[in-house]
Amino acid sequence: MTMTPDGHSAELAIASSALTKRFRGGQVAVDHVDLAVPRGSVYGFLGPNGSGKTTTIRMLLGLAYPTSGTARVLGVPMPEGTTRVLSRVGSLVEGPAFYPYLSGWDNLVRYDAADASAPGKTAKARISEAMERVGLLAAAGKKFRNYSLGMKQRLAIASALLVPRDLIVLDEPTNGLDPQGTREVRTLVRQIAADGITVFVSSHLLAEVEQVSTHVGVMRLGRLVFQGELTALRRTAAPRVAVRTADTATAAEVLAKLGLAGPQAGADLVTAELGDIAPEKITAELVHAGVGVRALTVEAPSLEDLFVGLTGEGFDVEAG
Amino acid sequence: MSRLAEGATDLRAPATGTAAMPEATAAVAVRATLRFFASELRVTFFRRRNQLLLLVAALFPLVIGIGLKAADPHGGGGGRGPGASGAAYFSQLAGNGVFLTFVALSLLLILVLPVVVGVVAGDSIAGEAGYGTLRYLLAVPAGRTRLLAVKYATIVVWSVTATFVVSVIALLPGVVLFGAGPVTLLSGTTVSLADGLLHVLWVTLYVCAAMAAFGAIALAISTFTEHAIGAIAASLIIVVASEVIENVPQFAPVNPYLPTNWWLDFDSLLRTPVDTTTLWHGLLSFAVYAVLFVSIAWARFTSADVTS
Ligand SMILES: Nc1ncnc2c1ncn2[C@@H]1O[C@H](COP(=O)(O)OP(=O)(O)O)[C@@H](O)[C@H]1O
Ligand SMILES: [Mg+2]
Repeated sequence: MTMTPDGHSAELAIASSALTKRFRGGQVAVDHVDLAVPRGSVYGFLGPNGSGKTTTIRMLLGLAYPTSGTARVLGVPMPEGTTRVLSRVGSLVEGPAFYPYLSGWDNLVRYDAADASAPGKTAKARISEAMERVGLLAAAGKKFRNYSLGMKQRLAIASALLVPRDLIVLDEPTNGLDPQGTREVRTLVRQIAADGITVFVSSHLLAEVEQVSTHVGVMRLGRLVFQGELTALRRTAAPRVAVRTADTATAAEVLAKLGLAGPQAGADLVTAELGDIAPEKITAELVHAGVGVRALTVEAPSLEDLFVGLTGEGFDVEAG
Repeated sequence: MSRLAEGATDLRAPATGTAAMPEATAAVAVRATLRFFASELRVTFFRRRNQLLLLVAALFPLVIGIGLKAADPHGGGGGRGPGASGAAYFSQLAGNGVFLTFVALSLLLILVLPVVVGVVAGDSIAGEAGYGTLRYLLAVPAGRTRLLAVKYATIVVWSVTATFVVSVIALLPGVVLFGAGPVTLLSGTTVSLADGLLHVLWVTLYVCAAMAAFGAIALAISTFTEHAIGAIAASLIIVVASEVIENVPQFAPVNPYLPTNWWLDFDSLLRTPVDTTTLWHGLLSFAVYAVLFVSIAWARFTSADVTS
């Protein structure tokens, strides 16, 4: 791998090193995040609301300035390279935003005119193609304020596709969409990725990116708690054995003796990581030790369980 | 969405990237910025709210003309109109409709023109922030300095337009109601109508400069907030506060430095020979205000996080 002077790999579409954002008031929204988004990947950027996804994206796009740390987008340092590199980056940040008093078409004309690298001559053709791509051409003349939420979201994606891109950044593109709209966005992401464009897509729902992502990064309270290929995350889903019994103390002893990691005991339940021990061996040992086994099950946590395990259960966790 | 499956077109940026375009990059950049400027002008001038503002600005001279005529059909030279402002051109109106331009400009400069300019200038950045379109413009990327330059250029065009709307519209009822002909200036000299109109042009341009400078103040305020209404209100409060201070004798020493102090000092353009000292003071004040506040806007806008 070729490395840039500050140690980022040139093969990465997005690379950050100890990227940190502290807002006035002292809140650390993004805390030493080291992103590594390979070129050509579909990178699912996951984390519950308030975990720092949007703030990270704002820094990557030169909208917000990092408190410390560095970031490179397509090999160009940000925010210094903003005007140089962003014409190759399409983005949707924190929901669509357009001029309510302009039509969908005029809104795209407006954003396209702001782009110094977009040729004005081809604007009409490009806008038309982008709107067609997201299925909005029929509603092009309608005022933006009369668009439905799904149409607004699609218009935002169309604006990200106005010129050829190397990277598309989509911040919660399915937020507020119905299942039908969610599926449409997913199809669109797949298709963009099929063209060889790197897609960086954030979501607070694992299920929404799980099917399209090759890589995931998981944020929690501003920190990147997991990053890697989706299959690597799956591998961390270690199956656990659960023994339901009245004699939890002895059962726990047996599991410990067998060398099972991560033991947990409940009122009438003992669980531990299965590792490479055969379940029938555990049954035999338990019976041998005289434990009355009511049930013995082996469970592999779902990806969702893993995700929740990484990010915490919900709002009260964030408050801490 | 129906065509998603057949999307065979390669959307990727060309391998060379868009940055490498050695020949005539400067010309391309200028053309692109003109296109952006044209788009900004279109959005500004076609926006219903702004058109309404211009309409209101245009109605005032009509109403003022009709009102003055109705109050004094024979137009005796005895200082009609709001004598408090002491503007001599009220009394001259009787003799020539051209003076309605000066009457209208001096009356509208108190608040109406600042409102017309302040709404557009105060809205310029704050409005984009409020709609959330600012983050998309910057992500396009429009470039922060470039965006600000286009915004201020638009504010200047807008100020010039609003001022000319007032003075040109004022000419119509002025001429119809009070007649036209050789113009007797405040100094007593009489010049031809064409020369008189030239004086109208100079006065109008002077007021344009005043409004463009005020637009810079409103633009600067606009970079500090996401609330357009707040920025507009703040810029108008500055106008009113400055005008109030001007009228308190004890504050006389600071008067020359107030933003509104020189706005009405176009009297000298209505005399021959023209006393340029006051004019230059005024224009210097406008230039200083414009440069200072555009700089403040730039410093703020290029360093602040866009979190809207
Ligand atoms: N402008 C701001 N000022 C202060 N705190 C902010 C600001 N923007 C975001 N935050 C805080 O930073 C944290 C991360 O927010 P955000 O990046 O929007 O999270 P996400 O996109 O993952 O939901 C949140 O706790 C949020 O309240
Ligand atoms: Mg967010």
